[in-house]
Amino acid sequence: MFADLAQMVAYIQDNQDTFLELLTEHVQLTAVSVVIGLLIALPLAVVASRIELLAKPLTWLAAIGQTIPSIAILGLMLPFLGTGFMPALFALTIRAVLPIFLNGYVGIRSTDRAIVDAARGMGASDAQLLLMVELPLASPVLFAGIKTATVQNIGLATLAAFIGGGGLGDLILQGLGMVDPPVLLAGAVPVALLAMAAEVGLGRLQRVVVPAGLQIGTR
Amino acid sequence: MRYIIDHPERMLELTQEHVRLVAISIVVAMVIGIPLGILITRLRWLEDSLIGITGVLYTVPSLALFAILMPYTGLGRTTVIVALVLYSLLAIVRNTVAGIDDVPAATLDAARGMGMTGSQRLLLVELPLALPVVLAGVRVATVAAVGIATVGALLGAGGLGRLIFDGISRGNTDRIVAGALGASVLALAADWTLARLGDVLRRDVRLNAR
Amino acid sequence: MIVLEHVSKTFTSHGQSVPAVDDVSLEVGEGELHVLIGPSGSGKTTTMRMINRLETLTSGRILIDGRDIQTMNVVELRRGIGYVIQQGGLFPHFTVADNVAVVPRLLGWTRQKRRQRAEELLALVGLPPEQFANRYPRELSGGQQQRVGVARALAVDPPIVLMDEPFGAVDPITRKQLQRELRRIQAEVRKTIVFVTHDIAEAFLLGDRIVLMAQGRIVQDGTPSDLLRNPADPFVTAFIGEDRGLRALQFTSLGEVARPAPPGALANGMVLPGTLSILEAGRELGVHGDAIGDGIWVSDDAGNPTGYLTYQQFAAVLGETLAADAESPHDELVHAIHH
Repeated sequence: MFADLAQMVAYIQDNQDTFLELLTEHVQLTAVSVVIGLLIALPLAVVASRIELLAKPLTWLAAIGQTIPSIAILGLMLPFLGTGFMPALFALTIRAVLPIFLNGYVGIRSTDRAIVDAARGMGASDAQLLLMVELPLASPVLFAGIKTATVQNIGLATLAAFIGGGGLGDLILQGLGMVDPPVLLAGAVPVALLAMAAEVGLGRLQRVVVPAGLQIGTR
Repeated sequence: MRYIIDHPERMLELTQEHVRLVAISIVVAMVIGIPLGILITRLRWLEDSLIGITGVLYTVPSLALFAILMPYTGLGRTTVIVALVLYSLLAIVRNTVAGIDDVPAATLDAARGMGMTGSQRLLLVELPLALPVVLAGVRVATVAAVGIATVGALLGAGGLGRLIFDGISRGNTDRIVAGALGASVLALAADWTLARLGDVLRRDVRLNAR
Repeated sequence: MIVLEHVSKTFTSHGQSVPAVDDVSLEVGEGELHVLIGPSGSGKTTTMRMINRLETLTSGRILIDGRDIQTMNVVELRRGIGYVIQQGGLFPHFTVADNVAVVPRLLGWTRQKRRQRAEELLALVGLPPEQFANRYPRELSGGQQQRVGVARALAVDPPIVLMDEPFGAVDPITRKQLQRELRRIQAEVRKTIVFVTHDIAEAFLLGDRIVLMAQGRIVQDGTPSDLLRNPADPFVTAFIGEDRGLRALQFTSLGEVARPAPPGALANGMVLPGTLSILEAGRELGVHGDAIGDGIWVSDDAGNPTGYLTYQQFAAVLGETLAADAESPHDELVHAIHH
């Protein structure tokens, strides 16, 4: 086991440039897809929370979309967008929208009705209600959704290699094809570490971003 | 889409392979996970570390985990099953703990007062009452497993993922759609079935708890 | 100041219309604390919420200072009306001070002004700012949270305050404290308050006028004393329930029961203000030992003796009022239900 790890480190050192390039691609795929996903999903969540009629079909769509295997979403890009970075990004963005939308919607809807009533009664306009009350109160759940989307997309980005999207998945594919453990690990281990780092890092960030007074478990 | 119509036996075969992969993994995960969950409720100090480990395992992306295990468990079903088990542990352990924690203290107290021993309480009170929540965890794990198992095809484990990967390498959209559709339907079917099972159990539990 | 003219609200569900508020007309004078009371489903909360347009009117008009509220911008309307609800509705993600300063913030006050005002109001409601300004709502007890709610409602000094069962969710002891506090604050700031409750004791304690509602309609609109002495309907007596006699003693004033001064009445005797309740008058008499003369003089606000009660008459009034209790309230209630 450790021999393999040592060989992995050696491989990375020997191929630093390629490795860094792939690592960067991987991070780019993830970060950009999550940001765009947020920009799409949040307004959608707000709209869904306001318009009852849209809520059901949208959440339904989101839930069903989530069951389609990730590799399939990537594959379906082929006939329409071909191979490469952009199609992969497209697929990853679609995948990021789902958890962020669902969490955003649930977060906004679960705002205590009494607080909404009090805010309305005090004369908050719709926009003020959203910005001052609903979004801040939804932020813990929303943030959890962003975290889920990020960690999920780090994993997804490994599959991007299948449609030529680059990223660390390239190394995994190579390793599988050549049955070469160090190469395999050179792809897999950094991905695993990235995912864990994202989980922990975003967890810390959550503490900073989510308004005090809302932190669950702090007294 | 045509593919499904043209090759029903193949679809069935692959679906069966897929179901087998998921079923075995979930059962093993339950056999390991539920006792682990029970253990945590008895030895609280274990909670953080155990949930932490299963959480970490869940975080590792599927392909990466397959790749890491592969040198040791080889190509084929074993790797995929091991990985699926490790993934499913988090949901099952966490829900087992939550389910047992949800049992009202008053009920436990009554049980104790009636003279039940620890294991009797566990078998007759805690587990039955925790069942709906545990089932919810199994449900979540199962749906996720169906999705992850598609990637397993890459390692020669078979299943509907085969169609998807085939389709990608051949540029055959039909196959991709067939595989995707099959897996989605399977996931939804599993979710629905387990949900109904949950409903039945909840009704029973509520009636019996009267 | 607030006028409701034939206000109604109907809800339609499954093709059936249910009148939640049925042809309600009332007037709330400036500086009055007007209580809306009734059993659940009586429409009292809905009526109140129509004043700040949280509920829409189906028919009728509501005027504030002569202006129809429908013609006003709804957001501006609400910012000029304080609003306190039972569960508090405090923003958990704002500090206490920030909560109090919400409307000022909506209006664009400077941070300094907001801070100043918040501290003023916290002091007014009995929460020392040094201790409470930077805490979060979940660190406060229920009673403290309600006080913050009241402070918040008063932030921009609105002439009108709506209160929906504000003390309903706290324990009886805290509730008494809060009621007393409200009386004190009201004495200082003299706001026009519409107060919804289902607790008759609270209504009597706080209300300048009481509007008893049932099934969307007004059963009686009057002073506490009116409801006690001239109930419009057996329902009123039934709703007031037990201790009517004792309540009557507390809420009927001397001025109401005093007789015109008899021609030959002696100039000596105690003089008591007509605003004292019978109960308080009785206490005064008890405290001041031996009776002087034949009776008591009852004076008006300026101190002029305008009425008179001989001790015998006083005792009779006591007896009559307490005798009201002897009638079983249950019979009245049964009668009212079958009405």
